[in-house]
Amino acid sequence: MASMTLRVNGEAIDVELDPAKPLLWVLREELGLTGTKYGCGVAACGACTIHLDGRAVRSCILPADAAEGAEITTIEAVSGGAAGVAGQLAQQAWIEMQVPQCGYCQSGMIMAVAALLGENPNPSDDEIDAAVTNICRCGTYPRIRKAVHAVARHMETAS
Amino acid sequence: MRRRTFLLGAVATAGGVMIGYRSWSGSFERAARSQVEGPGEHLLAGWIKIGADDIVTVQVPHIDMGQGVHTALAMMAAEELDADWSKVRTERAPGEKTFANRFLARGWIMQNRAVPAFADGITDMVFTEAARFIDLQITGGSTAVRFTGRAGMRIVGAAARGMLVEAAARRWNVPGVRLAARDGVVTDPATGRSARFGELAEEAAQLSVPANPRLKEPREWRIVGTSPTRFDIPAKTDGSFAYGIDLALPGMVHAAIRVAPVHGERLLRVDTGPAEAMTGVERVLPLDHGVAVVAKSWWQANEAMLALEPEFSTEGQMVLSQADLEQRQDQALGSEGSSAHAQGDADAALETASAERIVEAVYRVPYLHHAAMEPINATAQFADGVLTLWAGEQDALGAKALLVELSGLGADNVIVRGLPAGGSFGRRIAPSADYLRRLVPIALAMSPRPVKLILSREEEFTHGAYRPALATRVRAALGENGLPTAWSQRFLAAPTRNEAFVLPYAIENQSLRSIDFATHVHTGTWRAVAHTQHAFWTESFVDELAHAADRDPFVYRRDMLPEGSRQRRVLETAAERASWGTPLPAGTGRGIALHECYGTWVAEVIEASLGEDGGPRVHRVVAAVDCGGLVHPDTALQQVEGGIIMGLSAALREKITLEDGRIVQTNFHDYDVFKLEDTPKIEVHFLESDAPWGGLGEPALPPVAPALANALFAATGRRIRRLPIADALAETA
Repeated sequence: MASMTLRVNGEAIDVELDPAKPLLWVLREELGLTGTKYGCGVAACGACTIHLDGRAVRSCILPADAAEGAEITTIEAVSGGAAGVAGQLAQQAWIEMQVPQCGYCQSGMIMAVAALLGENPNPSDDEIDAAVTNICRCGTYPRIRKAVHAVARHMETAS
Repeated sequence: MRRRTFLLGAVATAGGVMIGYRSWSGSFERAARSQVEGPGEHLLAGWIKIGADDIVTVQVPHIDMGQGVHTALAMMAAEELDADWSKVRTERAPGEKTFANRFLARGWIMQNRAVPAFADGITDMVFTEAARFIDLQITGGSTAVRFTGRAGMRIVGAAARGMLVEAAARRWNVPGVRLAARDGVVTDPATGRSARFGELAEEAAQLSVPANPRLKEPREWRIVGTSPTRFDIPAKTDGSFAYGIDLALPGMVHAAIRVAPVHGERLLRVDTGPAEAMTGVERVLPLDHGVAVVAKSWWQANEAMLALEPEFSTEGQMVLSQADLEQRQDQALGSEGSSAHAQGDADAALETASAERIVEAVYRVPYLHHAAMEPINATAQFADGVLTLWAGEQDALGAKALLVELSGLGADNVIVRGLPAGGSFGRRIAPSADYLRRLVPIALAMSPRPVKLILSREEEFTHGAYRPALATRVRAALGENGLPTAWSQRFLAAPTRNEAFVLPYAIENQSLRSIDFATHVHTGTWRAVAHTQHAFWTESFVDELAHAADRDPFVYRRDMLPEGSRQRRVLETAAERASWGTPLPAGTGRGIALHECYGTWVAEVIEASLGEDGGPRVHRVVAAVDCGGLVHPDTALQQVEGGIIMGLSAALREKITLEDGRIVQTNFHDYDVFKLEDTPKIEVHFLESDAPWGGLGEPALPPVAPALANALFAATGRRIRRLPIADALAETA
């Protein structure tokens, strides 16, 4: 067990835990932030995607101590984090285009998309394919692609 | 499934028996009210709650696993109720007999035929009791809208509207017929008086439920046929939507399990020491078929599980490898089986046909995993003599019956609380719910604390309830005009209800024989169930016949379908919208397939080619769908898109295989499912018809594999007779 301070959604939180515990389980079990999902545990599906200093990271294989000192943002605060504008617009587009089916993967999808749009406000289809490699078993992919393009258009008119 | 069908039949015909149950009805209704009514709320017609604040809450006897049925069913009820849509909500109906899904039972018995008006009142009572009797509250078979909605929620909504109008009529002392209801308000046009539903609910709840409420004509619909925002979506974009895996209860502990890697084998011995020594671990529990670790957190439980080295038996009659599996399939195909369908004399017709007019082929499909994104989980607590389950089960009452059996408790001491599921696709259903068999002894041992069991993704992959691996041998004789005169098929089948083998085409002589086939591998219901393999077999072989006859595969099919039929219109629409017959780039081919599933006809045309690496590429999918009518067109579209994508993923790449009797695939790194980059252009065309409404969650999936395999044949001349397609191509390369 080790004491450490994690910066989560703009707040400094002191925790006492096994430093090897993956950030996913720290968020879910210690901090009650259950919007970040367990999907595979091997960084293959992306359901656990969070932002670490604004970049999309799969938290299921990231030991808690590796996240110390970084700014951690989860789906619960994506509209207020580093990629806040993109995150908020993505959430709106997800509702307008009725993207989710079961919804379980969508936290991770929105985190991946928000990070992409934060860096690249007008991605091509190939760039979207390369950045959003999360798995959705319900098959919401056509709507995700449409929603990403819609957000890009919003960001262009807003800027 | 067979057991249920039989019981339903028995109950439905034993009118005398029903009278006994019928007299319980009043106490059922009282129990239902006590289970769902809060302060100021009143339950009308058994399923619709109206509060003093005008909020209308529809009780939905299906789980939300992504298919949008809560919104669709609420729309159907609200339409007939003339509710204000902005005030409509839904609740998952309690997993209790008081909310047994009578509508689903009726749909099954009537085989989706329209219920004759004269039988309506009678059948409703009989089937309500039948459904309660057999514990029916299932989400599956694409039944929600077509049975629960069409035969249930509309009638319930109309009945509740009748009660509200009657309450206003009594209050104002005027005849009910002159009153109108719209947007949650009853008005008297003659006097201008009005009353909100919330003001009338208490009085309405005292009235008897009208026996024959009038249903609206489709032209009067104002809510059905529109696409309002689904209730569940906003919470699915900000992390606040709570699935079973997110449940937190006071004092809860967490369990991880490891079950014998060869299905059916038993735990011989395990040294519990290494896990017990680890931080957070509370108990290590040997189970019949595996071992469980209970800890303060699930991560700790799973880490401790990985430290254990349990030994398992190896006694069963297992299939060791893929080669072994195929050998057993071939052996089984040599047996007679039982007749699934026979007309004319197919064997005689084949015997007299000349050899060059006969086409024959063997097809195979692999085991498939559901791989829903939310790993299987369930929470249970045994306290004060009551066992409570919280889980996203597709069959809440079936789960309850299973818990009664496992715990030895009476039904009154078992409670099932339904939670939304992060996908399911047929996995979370009582006969396949082996995880509940593991959870119950753990919950009993940890009593009175609640235990949440989560299967690690590895455990979830290797202990699935797979689409069975099956094979078929089919022979046909072609007549002078090239069309088949005889079709003789033997197919392997899992012991579930199967209506998927039916040939849609006019072929004079048919012999279809079903051969039961099972191995030690645990199988279950995978999206669209037996339709997934039968559509591949039937529609691939018809394509082979068309090419053997040197005919266009679309025209060949069309000429065997009745003129003016739904199926012919669907096939023609798909072909037309896909510009069938127009030139494509070199190396690209078009394939077509048609299939009926749960009352819905779907035809698909797929364009595909081989990429530079030799791997298949899908460029475009065009689907034509006739499911009767649409409640929420956007959700309907989404279900078809999703079905097509899951179908492409399965057809191209998915397989569960065996090695030493164990499942080889353990996670998404070696079970390759579709991603965004794989997804082609999908175009969907709905055809409305006056046919009884069909399902939509499943029917778009089955035609995908044959349409794609046929497209690749058109592109390359290589016929695909086994799935996944990637393997078949590698084999013949």
